[in-house]
Amino acid sequence: MPAHDVLIIGAGLAGQRAALAAAQTGASVAIMSKVHPVRSHSVAAAGGINAAISVDDDWHSHAYDTVKGSDFLGDQDAIEIMCSEAPGEVMHLEHIGVTFHRNDKGEMDLRAFGGASMKRTAYVADITGQALLHVLYEQLMKHHETVERYEEWFTTSLLKDDHGNCCGVLARDVRSGRMEAFTAKNVILACGGAGQAYKPTTNGLIVTGDGIAMAYRAGAPLMDMEMVQYHPTCLVETGILITEGARGEGAHLLNANGERFMEKSAPNKMELASRDVVSRAEQIEINEGRGVGPNGSGILLDVTVVPRKRTLEALREIVNLGRDFAGVDITKEPIMIRPGQHYIMGGVKTDVDGRTPIEGLYAAGEVACVSVHGGNRLGANSLLDTLIFGRRAGEHAAERAASMSMPAVDTKAQLREDAAHIDAIIARPHDGRRVSEIKNELGELMNKHAAVFREEQGLQSALGEIARLKEEAAKAWIDDRGTVFNQDVLGAIELGYMVDCAEATVVAALERKESRGAQFRTDFPERNDEEWLKHIDITLDGETPKVSYSPVTITQWQPEERKY
Amino acid sequence: MAEAHDRPPEQFTLRMRRYDPESGEAPYWDEHTIELEPHRSVLEGILQARDRFDGSIGIRCSCRQAICGSCGIRVNGEPSLACHTHLDAAKAGAKDGVIEIEPMGNMPVLKDLIVDMDAVHWKKIQRVTPWLLAKQPVPEREYIVDKDAMVDVTQSMACIQCGACVSDCLAMEVDPGFIGPAALAKSYRFVGDPRDDQQFERLNDLAQDPQGIFDCTHCFKCVDACPKGVNPMGQIMRLRRSATNDHHIVDQNNGERHEAAFTTLIKDNGLLWEAELLPRSYGGNSWFGKFAPPAGKELLSSLPAILKALVRGKVTPMGALKPHKIPKADLKSVQAIYDKIESREERYELNLYIAGEDEAPASPGDPVAAGVTHEPGGHEGSPSGSEPQDTPVETREQTEG
Repeated sequence: MPAHDVLIIGAGLAGQRAALAAAQTGASVAIMSKVHPVRSHSVAAAGGINAAISVDDDWHSHAYDTVKGSDFLGDQDAIEIMCSEAPGEVMHLEHIGVTFHRNDKGEMDLRAFGGASMKRTAYVADITGQALLHVLYEQLMKHHETVERYEEWFTTSLLKDDHGNCCGVLARDVRSGRMEAFTAKNVILACGGAGQAYKPTTNGLIVTGDGIAMAYRAGAPLMDMEMVQYHPTCLVETGILITEGARGEGAHLLNANGERFMEKSAPNKMELASRDVVSRAEQIEINEGRGVGPNGSGILLDVTVVPRKRTLEALREIVNLGRDFAGVDITKEPIMIRPGQHYIMGGVKTDVDGRTPIEGLYAAGEVACVSVHGGNRLGANSLLDTLIFGRRAGEHAAERAASMSMPAVDTKAQLREDAAHIDAIIARPHDGRRVSEIKNELGELMNKHAAVFREEQGLQSALGEIARLKEEAAKAWIDDRGTVFNQDVLGAIELGYMVDCAEATVVAALERKESRGAQFRTDFPERNDEEWLKHIDITLDGETPKVSYSPVTITQWQPEERKY
Repeated sequence: MAEAHDRPPEQFTLRMRRYDPESGEAPYWDEHTIELEPHRSVLEGILQARDRFDGSIGIRCSCRQAICGSCGIRVNGEPSLACHTHLDAAKAGAKDGVIEIEPMGNMPVLKDLIVDMDAVHWKKIQRVTPWLLAKQPVPEREYIVDKDAMVDVTQSMACIQCGACVSDCLAMEVDPGFIGPAALAKSYRFVGDPRDDQQFERLNDLAQDPQGIFDCTHCFKCVDACPKGVNPMGQIMRLRRSATNDHHIVDQNNGERHEAAFTTLIKDNGLLWEAELLPRSYGGNSWFGKFAPPAGKELLSSLPAILKALVRGKVTPMGALKPHKIPKADLKSVQAIYDKIESREERYELNLYIAGEDEAPASPGDPVAAGVTHEPGGHEGSPSGSEPQDTPVETREQTEG
């Protein structure tokens, strides 16, 4: 049975950074992912990574912008750590090979981004996530002797010992269908968000809430789950993301009358207000009949105001996306976009070292909620979050491993149980619904009731529907009877993960009777600091989600009215 | 706005090559008819077939926007990303109106459309020392490097490791040991990176390896296949130029001598003198090259082929002994090109990624304009003072067939 000091689940930026950090201390490290690491969804991050590296900048300014962006729900101790460690981390990335865009002096160039008080976003054209992910994978290849890689292994559950500590995972080799138990002194979850619980979403098909649900089922609390980010610029049909970098380079948003409507809600920052503000403004235009396109469901993003050479050099990927996925040359005409599900601020509750309340279990990246993003994440802060807290989790887990022995745990029973569960899914009679049908319904339901605008009645009905979908998911049938690359059976397991995440989101959204950040309740349209300046935690109590609260950490920035 | 997108859904038939490794049966063809708007992707078509009719269809996929590199397949025999190929374009390219979908080539098939990339692609990537060997000492802040040099390597950095170029590499088909287009493009990402300290070592390694940079046959398949405009063959050619011209590496594969002989013969004669090319490639770049032992040995072993060619009239004894003739004025024109290029202080490298513009704005007297930068490092970028032209050139490589 494989045994490791630190076992990381998920090989996007957070996971790979954690692995490299842990390995550097000499710990025995393994990283496991259901896909090849470079397929991880971090690859799709486009715009850049924030860090106060400019000589005129100060990490305090970055931290304040982040606090304000979070609508004061972010924990300021964690935000201070993230922002103060950002410059060092970005320089580290540069030193190991990231091809950051330069200015004329040969220094790293910085671009403007939403909610930021100055240019502080380092970037590689508009493929920053890809560039970072591939460079970290280069480092994993370099350190192949110290970091074991389990590529295309699907984790089915977390192992716990008699004391309730996490001591490994069970996983299925996607290639062979073989189940295996992995013991570990520490497990770090770094397997991303749950965007596929929404339809449409900018997130890849692999982003199915695996880590959030596994931790939740193992008893870990989820925090800020109501905070779901809608990105202001997604292609109308497919939900494909158009980077915020476009607005950072100066692109405008226009309604059907050709008006730059952002001047109503953000007269100073205009298109570069924080994402929740811009998405809401767009949705108001659409709802009030000033949208464009079929059903008036779109808004125009005008990139033609950006100099063409600059667009081709710094936004080339969205030039391609516009051409290939919308048939539009963005250098010549505006492109139709709308808000779309993009990111989950909430996740498994952790401290600033990535520790969850379950001993031996860590989380970092989108799967986790530290909480540095609070009610709304600023663009280009997610790459930073993955790297800073991925590294910190890796270091802390390695340190903890050094002072303990390998847990001895009998995994046979649970291994048998998980294997039997998979066999049972494969053997299900074809009398319920298909996995794909249920998944579609769930996604559309969430996009209807738990989107930019929410209210009691819609959320209540969503909760009822989710309960039904949960039952149906437990009986959903599949076609594939094989063992080699049986993606069908994994899809059925993922559906269960997504339903759990969706339920937690709706429960938390119902609970928060105010409007803050990404949560806008039309029935409670004001922010209410007196009652709701606190995190909502969701814990699984038997089969049902239980709500509790935890305080927001405030260090130096008192809540104030939020204006852009 | 794009009118194309108002078109209603249509039916498309997908003929998929299926393979179930557990069945003990050979691969077979499987057909499904799906309904989607014509500009939707082949991937969306496959996923609809999987969701509605047969959940056992195996394909790796995730992002749906040509950035994760998972869904490399062959559509109508051409390598591509499923998510990056429109259904209407695929149908137009189909033999009988049915879109034919197969797994990529040059890699073992694991199931249906899923191939073993570790066994081929990733092994080769690992071969080229795919990480930065940074100059020391590491600066406190970032390395100060030329702006264009960084954009330049971003072209090879844009590779998403989808394997499309590997799938149809002709050289790899004949010599599976060839390092191949993806890994060599990856290598250029370091050779071209001004922060890397081992350019000579990297180039020498790839030049001396019989399955390295000189194993490429210039077939352009990888250039067509790449969905991201990485231009792998172009990167291989840049590795060669850098190895031979910048680092003067004389390799055991006769690559450097071959290149030198080729260019000298054309400079001297205006056309290639084939009979002289082979001995010079082996024996050195002069008329005396043929008397060097390696050239003699090669000539001797080629004798049967030479005789056969003589018998069939493909070459004449005179043609073998004397170069082809072209009119004097033409020869002068050819030599003028050499003079112009060789008089430059730095070598110009075509880099469509930097300027990103179509043809050069007409600037009389300089045939080499937009889309060109200096190497190494490049400076002053593209020509200034003129309005950008239409369609970026790099899109040419990415247009789906």
